[in-house]
Amino acid sequence: MKILWFAWLRTRVGAAEETLAKPAEVTDVAALLDWLAARSPGHAEALKNRAVVRVAVNQTYVKSDHPVADGDEIAIFPPVTGG
Amino acid sequence: MAVRVQREDFDVGAELAALTRGRTDIGALTTFVGLVRDMAGDAKIGGMTLEHYPGMTEKELARVEAEANARWPLSASLIVHRYGRLEPGDRIVLCAAASPHREASFEACHFLIDWLKTRAPFWKLEETDAGPQWVAAKEADDAAAARWSKT
Repeated sequence: MKILWFAWLRTRVGAAEETLAKPAEVTDVAALLDWLAARSPGHAEALKNRAVVRVAVNQTYVKSDHPVADGDEIAIFPPVTGG
Repeated sequence: MAVRVQREDFDVGAELAALTRGRTDIGALTTFVGLVRDMAGDAKIGGMTLEHYPGMTEKELARVEAEANARWPLSASLIVHRYGRLEPGDRIVLCAAASPHREASFEACHFLIDWLKTRAPFWKLEETDAGPQWVAAKEADDAAAARWSKT
């Protein structure tokens, strides 16, 4: 799966994009965020406050119980501030 | 219906002329143009960089526009949003909604900007005297979008 990080989540993680093999036990967005948070202190810092973390799977907003698959493009970002 | 995401500036007059060219069914055209302010609260802003999510941005803007067209009888609509580095006074976004009558065009245009602010994946990084600062999402923007929610 491809993980994309944006805005201040990207700067905390230190990467805009990561290609990772999905562990079998990671089946939904909530489990994915828990697994990613354990990858590094930067990841943990980025994902510390889940209330300000938005997730899109294959370019569509999803909730934390949405399933994730190995071929997915999963974007993780803070609340948007365009317009 | 059209959405565009681009680095370069847009010409409001040219965009509106193109949107209504050859059309005689449009009686009302409402537009919103968002500009870069030089202040954020008490902090002076020297400029900003708009980051976005290529691919999803276009899809999400198209979803916002499609929702406006589902809710109001629009004859034409347009969203143009810029990304990259912008300076105070620069144009950021154009929303336009055309309809036979003014009520629908006013409401739909207001809806377009309110919804895109809480949905389109853009993030502003402002240049302040204290260094670059990511803009925090505003509760007022959520409230503005929520008033269009169907109950």
